Parts: sequence; C-alpha cells; structure tokens
Amino acid sequence: MTASPVGAPVETRVAPRRRLHGARRAWLRDRAAWLFAAPSLLIIAVFIIWPIVQSFRYSLYDWTVGASEQQWVGLDNYVQLLHDDLFWNSLWVTLVFAVLSVSLQLVLGYAAASALQAETWLAKAVRSVYFFPTIVALATIGMVWRFLLDPSIGLVAGITKTFGGTPIGWLQDPDLALPTVIFVNVWKNVGFTMVILLAGLKGIPGHLYEAARIDGADGFRLTRHVTLPSLRPTLLLAGMMLTINSLQVFDLVYVMTTGGPLNRTDTLVNMLYREGFQYFNQGYASAIAWVLFLIILGASALQLRLMRYNDVD
Amino acid sequence: MSTSLRPIVRWTLLAVGALIVLVPFVWMIGGSFRSEADLFDNPARLLPLSPTLHGYQSVWNDLPFARMFLNSVVFAGVTTTLCVLFDSMCAYALARIPFRGAKLCFWLVIVTLMVPFQVTLIPVFIQLFDLGWLNTYQGLIIPRATSAFGIFLLRQFFVSIPRELDEAARIDGANHWQTYWRIILPSARPALATVAVLHFTNLWNDLLWPLTMTNTTDMLTLPAGLTLFAGQHVTDHAVLLAGATISLLPLAAAFALAQRYFVAGVATTGLK
Repeated sequence: MTASPVGAPVETRVAPRRRLHGARRAWLRDRAAWLFAAPSLLIIAVFIIWPIVQSFRYSLYDWTVGASEQQWVGLDNYVQLLHDDLFWNSLWVTLVFAVLSVSLQLVLGYAAASALQAETWLAKAVRSVYFFPTIVALATIGMVWRFLLDPSIGLVAGITKTFGGTPIGWLQDPDLALPTVIFVNVWKNVGFTMVILLAGLKGIPGHLYEAARIDGADGFRLTRHVTLPSLRPTLLLAGMMLTINSLQVFDLVYVMTTGGPLNRTDTLVNMLYREGFQYFNQGYASAIAWVLFLIILGASALQLRLMRYNDVD
Repeated sequence: MSTSLRPIVRWTLLAVGALIVLVPFVWMIGGSFRSEADLFDNPARLLPLSPTLHGYQSVWNDLPFARMFLNSVVFAGVTTTLCVLFDSMCAYALARIPFRGAKLCFWLVIVTLMVPFQVTLIPVFIQLFDLGWLNTYQGLIIPRATSAFGIFLLRQFFVSIPRELDEAARIDGANHWQTYWRIILPSARPALATVAVLHFTNLWNDLLWPLTMTNTTDMLTLPAGLTLFAGQHVTDHAVLLAGATISLLPLAAAFALAQRYFVAGVATTGLK
C-alpha cells in the first residue's frame, strides 16, 4: 500500500552539525505518521472537507451542474426558502417525524431493554428478533411494507376485510400517510434503541439498587430514582443519535410515498433530493442542506440543555 | 425491577411485539412464492396457497438482477475492505505515533462526524461529474473508502492495547508497518470485525448514495434498483418480493453466524 516500511526513530539519523529547516525536520520525524494517515486524510480532505466549503459556496449561486457560467445570487436562495411554502411544509413534516419517531423509539426501546435484561435463552432469542430489522435496508423493507399495507393486495387489508371492514389506503390517505411512515420507522429502530439502552442498563452498579431497597424503595421508585437517573447519559446519547438520523430521513419516504400524498410526507432531504437531482437546482438544494445542518446542530444543543448534561454527577 | 410487572402480561406483550417484527418478513417470503392472482384473491393469507417459483425465475430474467447483485457485492465488498484498511492505518497513526498535527487531524475527524452527509452530497456529485466518475465503480467506491466514525472507533480501541507490545516489537527491530500489521491488527480483531460489519451493512443497504451517483440500470445496486423498479409499477409483486428476499439473504446469513458483531457495532456506538 501507500505506507512504505519506515525505520525506527528517525531523529537519531539527523547529523548534529547540519541545520535543517523546521518543516523538513518535522517531515523527517513525522513522516511515518503522515504516511499511515495519508489515505484517510486525503479522502476526507477531497470528499468531505472541501465539499463542505463548496456546498456553502454553491448555496450562494444559482448553481447548475455543468453550466459554463454560474450566477451569483448572494443570500437569495435562503430568502427564497423562507418564502417557499414547500420548505415550511417539509420542515414541519420533518420535525413531526423526528419528535414522534424519537419519543416512541425511546419509550418502546426502554420497555424492551428493561423487560429483556435477563441472560436466559428466551430473553436472548427475543432480543435477536427485535434487533433483526436493524440490519435490513430501509429501502427494501419500506417497499415490502408498502405492499403489505396496500388496500388491494396487502395483508393488513386482508385482515380488515376478514373482520368485515373496508380496507384503508394507509399511504394514500393524506392524514394517515405520515403516521404510517413513522410507524414503520419505529418498527425498524426499536431494536437499535434497545441495544444501546441495554448496554447502559448493564452499566448501572448493583449496589445502587441494594441501597435503595434497604431504604424501602419498590419497583416503580427504583425505576424513577435509580434506573432513570443513572441512565441519563445513555438516554441522552441515544436520543441525540436517533434525532440526527430522523431529521435526515429519506429512504423510507422516497420508497413508500415519494413525499406524497399532497406533500404530507415530503421531508427536508426528500425536498433536497428533488431540487438537487431531479430539478437540478443545485444552489437551492445546497441552501436546504445548510438549513438541515443548522437544525441538526440546534436540536443537539437543545437536547444537551434539556438533559442538563453538564451537571451529570 | 421485574417484580413490578406480572410475568404473564410482560411475556404476552413481548410476544405480540415479536410477532409484529416477524410478520412482514414471513409475508415477504410467502409473497415471493405467490402468483398475482393468489395475492389479489386472498390478501388475508400469510403464506402461498399453491407456491410458485415464477417470482424467482422472472427476477433474473425480467430485471437486470444479476448485475445489480454484482454491483452491490463490488460496491459494499471493495469499499468495506478499503475502509477497514485505511481507517485502521489512520487510527494507528493517531493512537500510536506521536506527531505534530495529530491533534488537528483528530479534530478534523470529529468535525466531519458532525456534518450531515447531505451537505456534501451535491458538491461530491459535481466533483464526480467533473472527474467523469459518475456511474463508475471508482466514483461509487473511492469517496466512501474511509469513515470518520471508523477511525474514531478504532483509535479508541488501539489506545487501549498495551504499549509494551509495540515496544517489545520495536526492540526486536520491527518498523511501524510491521508493528501495525503483526501486533496491532491481530490484537484488534474484534474491533476490526465490528467496524467491518457496520460498514458493510451500511453500504449494502445504502439508497441515497448509489441513487445519486449512478444513472443507468447497469450500475444500480440492489436497494436502488428495487426502488426504481417498484416505482415503475412493475405489475408482478412476487418478482419484487423475490428480489427483496434475495437481497436480504447475505446480511441475514451473516447475522445468524456473527450476531455479536452486529450488536457490538450498535452498542459501542452508544458507549462511545
């Protein structure tokens, strides 16, 4: 590979009399480290850091890929966003999606984790089942769910008919589409949340429970005063990760509804994809990306604050 | 804490949950063996009335499925291999070789973890367009061939490997490459397996990346291809369900054999 064998301490080879320039000396001393880090650093520089800079630049242009001249528009893309009803719609859809998904995932993930702490074969087997959807492609399983919920061929419609009901178009009804997509997202991620919270639960020292029991605490009080406070850092971390992921939701929406009906499931990234890769308004799409970035930063800061991360004892 | 919940209620709820998790998979596999008429006539059935293999026959004949499968194997396989190699080399430099600029490098890695992937999507698309790399394997693979998260995870692990090991090797005359290859990598096998499983799962399942960076059907990966064909109202559901089942098989088999690495990938994420 790129890193060639590099000898042991290089400094000893520098002749005492010869004065090397600082940069050259640093290179001789550190070249092993730089060679080892080079492939990753190059890729990160070229395909992450530089594109971040470029992304902000594009957001100030009316950029179209391949055009010979790009028109500078200053902050117009951002101003236009503020006047775009579709933007406010997708912001709202994204926030509803994130808040409902994350709270349901945390509640159900916690319930599953605390009910399945035992190391018995049965608890382990149920944990494996709950975890399984985590490894499956959202795109693929989203398609399966779309068929499963289809009013004419889906299992859900079939069961509804068996009980004498009229099949419901879960993804076709403007009021039901978003809750349905949220349900599938929660279905997929409960196992993920459960595993993170299980690791946190295992880390709570047993003597805390013993001390609380001696003080006369029972089941609910143990949860309220021992488990939840000790779990706070893990809950915070899980909450932040799930929030960041939910705010970036694309696959499920694209596969299940493509943003419809009536844009009721049109999330920010779905809008970004449409603007950037279907309408080729790459400047406008870049502005959406930066707004998304700011929202993610804001949401993370808010959670740190709400959970008072700093005074965790 | 189990004393407060009555075991019967608890296990009933857990069983209902497990059923809700499993039914879609059973229905998917069942549906891949059903005829279109069977699906329309008996939507309430979970399993086929009279199983047929036509879904599995048509998926290879009517869709460029073999090509999509090959693309997925190349994209996820090669990228994972490069990613684990580059991540671990960079992590070795950060964990084991003190050098000027180490702190800056580490911070760059952390910063890139915070910026959402979508911010770089459009500039990278334009870069690949300018390079003529859109719709090529190198365009799909090289920008994804390292991951800040993998570097971070492996660095944390390498730091915990006793330094006496490398010092002993150094005294025996080993250079950095030999120390990395013969001492650090073998001691870090579980961490490397965890990172590899995490990367492979993410890449195999990725939709947005292959969807944007390719534009002909012969370069599509499985998730992108199935999505496109499902969106074009392919009339035969069994074909798409057969495709979905086949595309799940590799990861499901890996999960059955090495579940702990999948779980470790998530659990270490949570513990930092």
